Amino acid sequence: MRRFLRPGQDPVRERLKRDLFQFNKTVEHGFPHQPSALGYSPFLHLMAIGTRSGAIKLYGAPGVEFMGLHEENNTVMQIHFIPDQCQLVTLLDDNSLHLWSLKQHGGASELREEHRFTLKGPPGSPPSATQVTAVLPHSSREVLYLGTESGNIFVVELPSFRVLEDRTITPEAVLQRIPEDNCNRRSCELVEALREHPKNPDQILIGYSRGLIVLWDLQNNKATHHFLGSQQLENLYWQRDGSKFISCHYDGSYTQWPVSSDNRQPEPLENTVPYGPFPCKAISKIYWQTTKNGLPYIIFQGGMPRASYGDRHSISVIHGSQQTAFDFTSRVIDFFIIFSSDPAAEFDDPSALVVLAEEELVVIDLKSAGWPAVHPPYLASLHCSAITCSHHVSNIPLKLWERIISAGSKQNIHYSSMPWPIDGGTNIAPDPPQRDLLLTGHEDGTVRFWDASGVCLHLLYKLSTVRVFLTDADPNDNMNTLGEDEWPPLRKVGTFDPYSDDPRLGIQKIYLCKYSGYLAVAGTAGQVLVMELNDEDAEHVVDHAEADLLQDQEGYRWKGHEKLKTRDGPVRFEAGFQPFVLVQCQPPAVVTSLALHSEWKLVAFGTSHGFGLFDHQQKRLVFVKCTLHPSDQLALEGPLSRVKSLKKSLRQSFRRIRRSRVSSRKRRGGSGNASEVQEANAKFDQDALQEMELAPVQRKIEARSAEDSFTGFVRTLYFADTFLRDSSRHCPSLWAGTNGGTVYAFCLRVPPAERRMDEPVRAEQAKEIQLMHRAPVVGILVLDGRSTPLPEPLEVAHDLSKSPDMQGSHQLLVVSEEQFKVFTLPKVSSKLKLKLTALEGCRVRKVTVANFGSCKTDDYSENDLAVLTNLGDIQIISLPFLKLQIRYPCIRKEDVSGIASCVFTKYGQGFYLISPSEFERFSLSTKWLVEPRCIVDMPEVTSNNHVHNKSGTENAARKS
Amino acid sequence: EFRRFSLERSKPGKFEEFYGLLQHVHKIPNVDVLVGYTDIHGDLLPINNDDNYHKAVSTANPLLRIFIQRKEDADYSAFGTDTMTRKKNVLSNVLRPDNHKKKPHIVISMPQDFRPVSSIIDVDILPETHRRVRLYKYGTDKPLGFYIRDGSSVRVTPHGLEKVPGIFISRLVPGGLAQSTGLLAVNDEVLEVNGIEVSGKSLDQVTDMMIANSRNLIITVRPANQRNNVVRNSRTSGSSGQSTESSLPSSTPNILGNLLQGEEESDEEDIIIEDSGEPQQIPKAAPTSESIESLSQIELLHESTQNGFLPSSEMNLNHSAGSISMEYEAPEPGRKSLEEDGTIITL
Repeated sequence: MRRFLRPGQDPVRERLKRDLFQFNKTVEHGFPHQPSALGYSPFLHLMAIGTRSGAIKLYGAPGVEFMGLHEENNTVMQIHFIPDQCQLVTLLDDNSLHLWSLKQHGGASELREEHRFTLKGPPGSPPSATQVTAVLPHSSREVLYLGTESGNIFVVELPSFRVLEDRTITPEAVLQRIPEDNCNRRSCELVEALREHPKNPDQILIGYSRGLIVLWDLQNNKATHHFLGSQQLENLYWQRDGSKFISCHYDGSYTQWPVSSDNRQPEPLENTVPYGPFPCKAISKIYWQTTKNGLPYIIFQGGMPRASYGDRHSISVIHGSQQTAFDFTSRVIDFFIIFSSDPAAEFDDPSALVVLAEEELVVIDLKSAGWPAVHPPYLASLHCSAITCSHHVSNIPLKLWERIISAGSKQNIHYSSMPWPIDGGTNIAPDPPQRDLLLTGHEDGTVRFWDASGVCLHLLYKLSTVRVFLTDADPNDNMNTLGEDEWPPLRKVGTFDPYSDDPRLGIQKIYLCKYSGYLAVAGTAGQVLVMELNDEDAEHVVDHAEADLLQDQEGYRWKGHEKLKTRDGPVRFEAGFQPFVLVQCQPPAVVTSLALHSEWKLVAFGTSHGFGLFDHQQKRLVFVKCTLHPSDQLALEGPLSRVKSLKKSLRQSFRRIRRSRVSSRKRRGGSGNASEVQEANAKFDQDALQEMELAPVQRKIEARSAEDSFTGFVRTLYFADTFLRDSSRHCPSLWAGTNGGTVYAFCLRVPPAERRMDEPVRAEQAKEIQLMHRAPVVGILVLDGRSTPLPEPLEVAHDLSKSPDMQGSHQLLVVSEEQFKVFTLPKVSSKLKLKLTALEGCRVRKVTVANFGSCKTDDYSENDLAVLTNLGDIQIISLPFLKLQIRYPCIRKEDVSGIASCVFTKYGQGFYLISPSEFERFSLSTKWLVEPRCIVDMPEVTSNNHVHNKSGTENAARKS
Repeated sequence: EFRRFSLERSKPGKFEEFYGLLQHVHKIPNVDVLVGYTDIHGDLLPINNDDNYHKAVSTANPLLRIFIQRKEDADYSAFGTDTMTRKKNVLSNVLRPDNHKKKPHIVISMPQDFRPVSSIIDVDILPETHRRVRLYKYGTDKPLGFYIRDGSSVRVTPHGLEKVPGIFISRLVPGGLAQSTGLLAVNDEVLEVNGIEVSGKSLDQVTDMMIANSRNLIITVRPANQRNNVVRNSRTSGSSGQSTESSLPSSTPNILGNLLQGEEESDEEDIIIEDSGEPQQIPKAAPTSESIESLSQIELLHESTQNGFLPSSEMNLNHSAGSISMEYEAPEPGRKSLEEDGTIITL
């Protein structure tokens, strides 16, 4: 009567639970959602990214990562590292400043917020008086110059954020020395840029938005030079030696100015509109980098001809006669150049251009010919094409790992071989305990293989299934058709490409056998591909079969999408996973479940209509089973009918917007008819939305019945070698669970290896279980005589698992959305159950068997169920007694896509999407924990003397 | 004793004729007997007039099991829907009526002739302001037929009156089970679902709980209209008589009373179809000790095979796929295990 023991009564078990389970969100993988600011410390070699939700993330060498969150969750506008310090200042859009520092604590560095500050003007002054527009951390590390909308420049002391009022640089003081006919009070409105002189820390360059630039002497508190620009100013940059600076402007021009002691009001040396003569967009930021050979690099953002290329997100690099306008896939947030940080060096010698775009990070190697891109070791854009599913495989054998890496390296030859240039900090985390793969399926028909062993989620290999099919978008639909002599010299960079050519290509299910290298993927239009890893390119025909899941069901009409057309004849595949079998379900509904047995060479697949079993050795369909209830019209009509019509129309209108955005460039001015249709559609959508909002929030209480729709939807498929018919002989079996609470069990006869090609695989239905609560079956599992889950196929053959106990009696675990139930086998009688929904009102969304090891002793581990509910809670439930061990809140219940994306690993970790581009990694285990642990040391300050002098003069200036 | 005979399904005739036939078949022409049958839910229901006789015949698939008891030995309480938990007793009563001394049963009417659709339970332990309603969904084809919504209610707390979120019945579907009982009404506040408090749970959670329990739903409500409350006998007062609203949500766990004891096991059971054969209830893993086959029973065989069902397995040993026999494995004594099942699904 174990089941009547109440949890929490056994102190030994309670202690053991503490040694086994622990919940941590450990690291965020991928690219930050909605980045809004970028900063870089040449001193620490660390990069900082701020986001619109107030997060700040620091990155250095692979594995070196820090994260902080501003309490206010406001957009981070600017990030500035304090020179030669482990500190940085952030400016948020609520005009608050925050000082963060990296401090060592317990052997590792941590990012902490130290102070916050909001600039306050005199009482009664308008808010614009103190609205910060430019921030300059002075090299003395003691003060911060804050340029404002009012034109005042305030000086605050660090780290206390005390305003040094006597040192404020007012517009009046600036205008004193400037001839009145050139300037008036309005010239000094809004400080656009503040730049410290590279050689003389007592001078700062102040750029006002209307074009006036002033070189200010801090020691004497006066303007020494002024430069009258005719155009609205965007930004400023000093040449390394301080003899010249460059300004960039709203009209797409940039100007070089000399600074010499004899001319207090110099004329510009050179004024250029690089993409003139027609009106151009603003150049918002510019760098001027000197090199040994004398030819500088001029690197700027924007400046494209307004009419024809005004919509491009570009950064141009000009070096002598070479000029390239890198064309990014999304808006450029900010960029920086990595150059020689040694103050004694004579030249900048830039080595890399780092660009933060809205959807990805792009690094360009400026040292290699052709300026190739560098493959980032982190910050991968997971959402290059939207993620549609994910699959995790733990503990990959070295051999397979190396073959995948080798296939991937052949795809990456166009990347630069430059070592990753942002290499600050030291990763002190222990090496990952094992090699783990995370596979993500995408809307465009690709599968990406990520190294998920450690803190850096790194792309190893990308597989595309598109080649197998004929799609509309095939014939050289290349947007980048510009020839050699095109002007501007645009070059597409980056991988972000969310526009799927054909939504039917989307990947829905993935199954990888790590021992055999067989991979099965299944997609939106009922396609199932079985692939094998090949180290060489190959050209071959993909065997093609069709599985009619409706069988003898008559009179049904599929109203959904058509099946994908296949390519006839041999297809060339690059090294890597190459498809050799294609099964297409008919009707071509989305594949909802998939299982692969690499030892028996069988693949099972299910849709909303039924399921089938395919022998990929003999390339023969073994059987299909229709699970459709005769009254379930909805399932037949396809995903785009009645219940979903609203969703569909919304989705379509988004598609339309998306498509119109994409195509507007290609074919401008479509027919007027289309826009009318769009308008009508938009109106309909709006009406539908309103209708939805007006309905009171109420829920219908009704028992589920066999007639409910989508009961035939196959949710789970499972292969097991168990006792299905009698207790003396075990046999291969296939289990399927449906949305209507039905479990089907098929007895399989797989011929022995030596006759595997000669005799057909046979299947016979042996059992059908109807759960009376009719909740969808989300998991099926067989426990062996020792109550251990059966091993994976080939796991025993590779000596990685004990062989299952085939003497004792096996048990069947059926997990529905509402209950967990254990039945005996071969005679099915119910043994145990755990009701979840009836008692807690939550439902099972994801369930996996996970192995938990004790952090205290190496020799204890146990298998439990890791369960994610629709409320976002994670529960651990013991096997085989189905007792709730522990519960952790993990995901907000409103975050439906986060919950849907969750994937558990076999060792008690998991991933879920916190945004389209980021996975949160969590751990339920005390033993298996992957989290960043790194240390950032203060590099030796090379110019100690210099700094001392500076502060000395500062102090003197203050006293005078 | 055990008899088997066939009957024309389309022309069952009158109850009187059937009664005569039974007496004839068993050669007990002058003995008064009580006739009962097991319906598809496994309940023992009486046959005593034309209507329930016709109902019994029409629902038989394909065997109709008839139990006959001498009227003087009859155990009236054996009949009715709740027989599932008591069936063990019923059967042994039928088998060995002498073992039990019967109290004379006062028969006022035959409530057992009807299947309950709802009941008010635990009146003795609940405060007067609350009502615990049980809806028997399995007995009818009627939809449960109600909707719930979010709302707020006022509670007495140590800090005074406080507004707290609550769940309320928002709509009753005309003709639905909920409406037909008359025990639930719009704006009644839902306090518990099958013994679990709903406070702190979201509307969606409560919805899921109700649907998960829909085959045997027990809702505790505070009726919006407090005038129709059950006036309690003073004898049963004790703790519950003093209960007020304020004491409620936090102190309810101890008044779950009898509802939970039966509940643990009174869940519906799943059905298994072995080798494309006959659907069966999935038994409990405990071994079986006795079989219903030993009981005195009469199986009625229909000539008609219009539903595609062949006669019983005992008649045709070479039965083919699709035949259904109502075989129940009787439970181990002392374990309440033979339970209510639902509609049997065939392929």
